[in-house]
Amino acid sequence: MAQSLAKEFTKGLWAEIPPFRLVLGLCPALAVTKSLENGIGMGIALTFVLVCSNLFISLLRTIIPSKVRIACFIVIVATFVTIVELLMQAYAYELFLTLGIFIPLIVVNCIPLGRAEAFAYKKGPLLSIADGLGLGIGYGMSLSALASVREILGNGTLTIWGGTPAFTLGPDFLPFKFLLTAPGAFVGLGLMLCLMNLIGKK
Amino acid sequence: MPSGQKLWEGVYAMREMINMIVVLTVLTTFSGGLLAAVKSKTQVRIENQVLKFQKAPAIKGIFPETTNDPLAERFNVKTENTELQIFPAKLSDGAKAIAFETSGTGFGGSLGLMVGINLDTDTIVGVRVTTHSETPGIGSRAKDNLSFVSQFSGKGLDTVFAVKADGGAIDAMSGATVTSKAVSLAATQAKEIYQKLKPEIVKQME
Repeated sequence: MAQSLAKEFTKGLWAEIPPFRLVLGLCPALAVTKSLENGIGMGIALTFVLVCSNLFISLLRTIIPSKVRIACFIVIVATFVTIVELLMQAYAYELFLTLGIFIPLIVVNCIPLGRAEAFAYKKGPLLSIADGLGLGIGYGMSLSALASVREILGNGTLTIWGGTPAFTLGPDFLPFKFLLTAPGAFVGLGLMLCLMNLIGKK
Repeated sequence: MPSGQKLWEGVYAMREMINMIVVLTVLTTFSGGLLAAVKSKTQVRIENQVLKFQKAPAIKGIFPETTNDPLAERFNVKTENTELQIFPAKLSDGAKAIAFETSGTGFGGSLGLMVGINLDTDTIVGVRVTTHSETPGIGSRAKDNLSFVSQFSGKGLDTVFAVKADGGAIDAMSGATVTSKAVSLAATQAKEIYQKLKPEIVKQME
């Protein structure tokens, strides 16, 4: 049991890491990764939603009739997304201002819905929590990695938390602004996927 | 008479349907209850956060220099069905002004507009967009780019606050007509509220 729990947890960190391997949740991955702070915030929000929705769907999997399962999944996912939005407004309003519209969009970004359909609806609660936690943390890590590259090269700063940069490259650094645009995000994502494939091949 | 098997099929289909209805109803009820609970728990904190991060910068933008603290001196005025929060400001030239928030419906939902009005001259001092969920980079320019909202500054209350296509005096932002209309509507609403409530507001400020 403990072994399969660990397996479900760690697969989200590399083998099925979103958005690179799972290729789900690309929209916020491209849009919010302009600073590391946003990447971390989005990762935390998604982890919370994924763990809670996986747990509830797994607990209710014998009760939810298969014909209306998608409607039930959406109700459950949307509930937790709204809770995250309210909590973020109450406790981290500055983060809410920058993540703004991408928090409600978690409902339709397919990771929670995809995991509900592919995993939580078929497996037990503990495994589902491990799956949600692993994928959520994996997603947070991917976003943080992509956001760090984009922020350091595109803006010459790195913001970990609270809006003020943790360090700034000196005034001599010429920011590579292209990386902060949407096409720049695509290129960054592609290069990171390429790097992952190179490492995985060995 | 339907045969026994058909009858049982009918009963099963019926049971399945009732099952679906019951599950969905219970699930949505539970979800609604949970959301209401979280909302009521976080409401006060969210209002404080909105005051600090949305209303305070908007007021600072409208009245850059005041001899009092509009946030600390805020008071409520009763309108027909709700209470309106008024932020009184004493401007550096001695004039009295107020700011309050109205709303319009934009592209992505409700859009809040802080409107500052000079009580002595009955002119708009300035307006600023506060809470909104407009498209980033399109409608959100109403908040980030001041060239649109600065059109309202200094206008008298006899001005028609509508976009030019609707016969008004406001230049819409290109590509963001719905947002421009929402801001204009909110300004019009502010004008109406002000004209109705001015005596009450002046009384409370003394």
